[in-house]
Amino acid sequence: MNRHWIIGLLLLAGAGLSWAIPRYELLNPYLQATLMYLGINIILATSLNLINGYLGEFSVGHAGFMAVGAYVSAILTVMLIPVGAAIWRFPLAILAGGGAAALTGLVVAIPAFRTRGDYLAIVTLAFAMIVKSALENINAIGGPRGLLGIEGLSTMPWIFAWTVLSVWVIRNFVYSNPGRGVLAIREDEVAAELMGVNTRWVKIRAFMIASFFAGVAGGLFTHLLQFISPRIFDITKTTDILVMVYLGGVGSIGGSIMGASLFTVLQECLRPLGVWRMVIMPLLLILLMLFRPRGIMGLRDFPWFRPSVECPQRPPEIHHS
Amino acid sequence: MTPWLQANNVGHHFGGLSAISGFNLELRPGELVGLIGPNGAGKTTVFNLITGVYRAAEGSIQFQGRELVGLTPWIISGLGIARTFQNIRIFKQLSVLDNVRIAYYQHARYSLAEALLHLGRYRREERRLTQSAMEILGLLHLEAYADEQADSLPYGLQRRLEIARALATGATLLLLDEPAAGMNPVEVGQLMEFIGWIRRQFNLTILLIEHQMRLVTGICERVLVLDFGVTIAEGRPDEIQNNAQVLEAYLGQAEDG
Amino acid sequence: MAYLFQQILNALQLGSIYALIALGYTMVYGIMTMINFAHGDIFMVGAFLCFVAATVLGLPFIPALLLSMTGCALLGVVIERLAYKPLRNAPRVSAVITALGVGLVLEHLTLVFSPYPRHVPALWSSATWHVGGVTLSSLQALIIVLSVLLMVLLDWLVRRTMLGLAIRAISWDRTVAAIMGVPVDAVISLTFAIGAALGGAAGFLYALAYPVIDPYMGVIVGWKAFIAAVVGGIGNVRGAMLGGFILGAVEIMVAAFLPSTYRDLIAFALLFTLLILKPYGLLGQPRPQKV
Repeated sequence: MNRHWIIGLLLLAGAGLSWAIPRYELLNPYLQATLMYLGINIILATSLNLINGYLGEFSVGHAGFMAVGAYVSAILTVMLIPVGAAIWRFPLAILAGGGAAALTGLVVAIPAFRTRGDYLAIVTLAFAMIVKSALENINAIGGPRGLLGIEGLSTMPWIFAWTVLSVWVIRNFVYSNPGRGVLAIREDEVAAELMGVNTRWVKIRAFMIASFFAGVAGGLFTHLLQFISPRIFDITKTTDILVMVYLGGVGSIGGSIMGASLFTVLQECLRPLGVWRMVIMPLLLILLMLFRPRGIMGLRDFPWFRPSVECPQRPPEIHHS
Repeated sequence: MTPWLQANNVGHHFGGLSAISGFNLELRPGELVGLIGPNGAGKTTVFNLITGVYRAAEGSIQFQGRELVGLTPWIISGLGIARTFQNIRIFKQLSVLDNVRIAYYQHARYSLAEALLHLGRYRREERRLTQSAMEILGLLHLEAYADEQADSLPYGLQRRLEIARALATGATLLLLDEPAAGMNPVEVGQLMEFIGWIRRQFNLTILLIEHQMRLVTGICERVLVLDFGVTIAEGRPDEIQNNAQVLEAYLGQAEDG
Repeated sequence: MAYLFQQILNALQLGSIYALIALGYTMVYGIMTMINFAHGDIFMVGAFLCFVAATVLGLPFIPALLLSMTGCALLGVVIERLAYKPLRNAPRVSAVITALGVGLVLEHLTLVFSPYPRHVPALWSSATWHVGGVTLSSLQALIIVLSVLLMVLLDWLVRRTMLGLAIRAISWDRTVAAIMGVPVDAVISLTFAIGAALGGAAGFLYALAYPVIDPYMGVIVGWKAFIAAVVGGIGNVRGAMLGGFILGAVEIMVAAFLPSTYRDLIAFALLFTLLILKPYGLLGQPRPQKV
């Protein structure tokens, strides 16, 4: 059962490749960029899955949190952190972007989780709209035209590292005591509360973690594209992330990785079809919902994703009454 | 001896409809008390008031001398009160083991940071929780199903899992809402033994709602009869069975129905 | 003063369009507790049908309006039957995601046939009246009167007829309603048809009032109308109308007194605040939860 060394090997190979590919031009720049966007998409899908899959709520504000992270980190690298800060400059900016997004998440979550049902969808929707129109109205950061002159700091090794870190931390959270609280809420909120789970706080915390990683993804995204504008983070962006989550499967980290990969690959493969691609993608989503409503992996995960302590070791000494 | 649970003059209403009024209850440590009454008498409402699902509009409920009215369900759970539900409410899509481990939610001694990074006390604590959960499952003969999805268990085992989960919270007061619902006479007999056994094994005080009179008269030391939100009788099971008001409450209902 | 009156008129015009769209969201939510995210795009289709009626078919006003409404009603029913009905017993989120997908399909199919924004020719030789500095066009009057008429009709339908009773019965408990002899499938389809027809009417009127249309026009307008429905109390017909008019008023007033770029920001911030203060909306009520 213990295949954890395989993961280690894969990660090592991935790290090596992420260094070698750009260094020796093993792939053309277009494919390299696609790979890097894939990493960012994986972070986005996994973190949104925490809310929409594991917690069982419905957030449509992920692009808003991504925008917060993107702008904060871009402002930091462009205007505030001096270039002299060397290697620390970029991770610091990304962390700050994530932190800002998490704080924003807190502000949204406190009122949003007072009631249940579709309320979160509505509040996050309004929130995403507010972020976008607020950004359009701040001229110091470019207003509707956006922010130019961002350095291309998101290199392949960095994106690889952040993707692995994000997925690892979210996986750790899901397979831990606080994470089980999240699952319990999805299954039965009243019963969870009666078993001692402080449901409101658990939800707020999960929401903050998801927002944090949306912010991280936003920071990586903006330093890859080297340009941001409020329009990038509109509802279409959120819809893309939702498609990845539900394609791969709710409540599954492996599913999120798969969903993000399939989405990215499909989008590239269907590119020759032009506008029809944008008809086919949502059509695929509809068919998927009709025939496999929980997505490909829905609520399951690869066994080697689970931490080994999670698996029970049956104590043989138990006596029955 | 100080009472384990004491409800004084508790009242609650939904809209203009009074669900419970002037309700008094005193449970001594280790007692097993039954709460009976026709459908709609307010029995489950009493459970909801004790566990904090509803906030009592009037009166006070004290657990080991501590006021419960106004506390949230999860705090009350942490004080040592657990319950089961009339219609089973296990966490259906989670494993049997996870159902029990969630009940340890407040017992895990590691921080969020340790959970996110799987560092520090995480490993040791998870091992401890898993082991305790397996022990409880073992005691209730459920350990073979630990990895199964909870809703794949047969009905009787789901009920038992719900009790296992309640026990795992470390409760000293257990509220059972119609534990024998849907069981045949043989199973009811086993359940009676089982309730007596967990009571001794886990040192519990138990309050149970039940319609099956055989179970109530068989194991309860005291019975409270509710009708239309009011206590109409209280006493030993044999006293209750011959109480005119109680007969009227049940037979009257039979005439209507 | 005249300026204020003028703005109130403009607010009524915009508000009645929002209210018509909000009604479609609220009706579907009321009966299915489902957020029909494709509704904004049905509104867009209504606007494009208006364009087709005016240019390709050369229809006069009334037939063109009827084309928009029936076209959208049909589309609504087809979507409900093909995409939502199979999901009635699936997790609720699946239906919402499907709705998002349907919306995208509608947008991009329209984009295939109309890659550029279109200009809708006037269907109505509009007269304008000037009363003490206030300008009222007959088109504006028509939009307001027609919308209010449709809303009164709908309110009557929901409150006073068997159909309304059936809708409320299904929204409380679909299974019990079916046992009681309510033709559940037909009523749900009819609800979608009515909601979509109102959305179509809104798209039609919008295209006449603001005659440049594009396939994405339904997204923002739709989300806004949805939030308006929520502010009014989702599932509540009068609430949707109220929310629509509040949103219209806020947008027009902000644009009248502040730089117009603040319009969305302030409108949404206000809606956000209202939502937090009144989670169930102005006219909505929480449903009791059984434990």
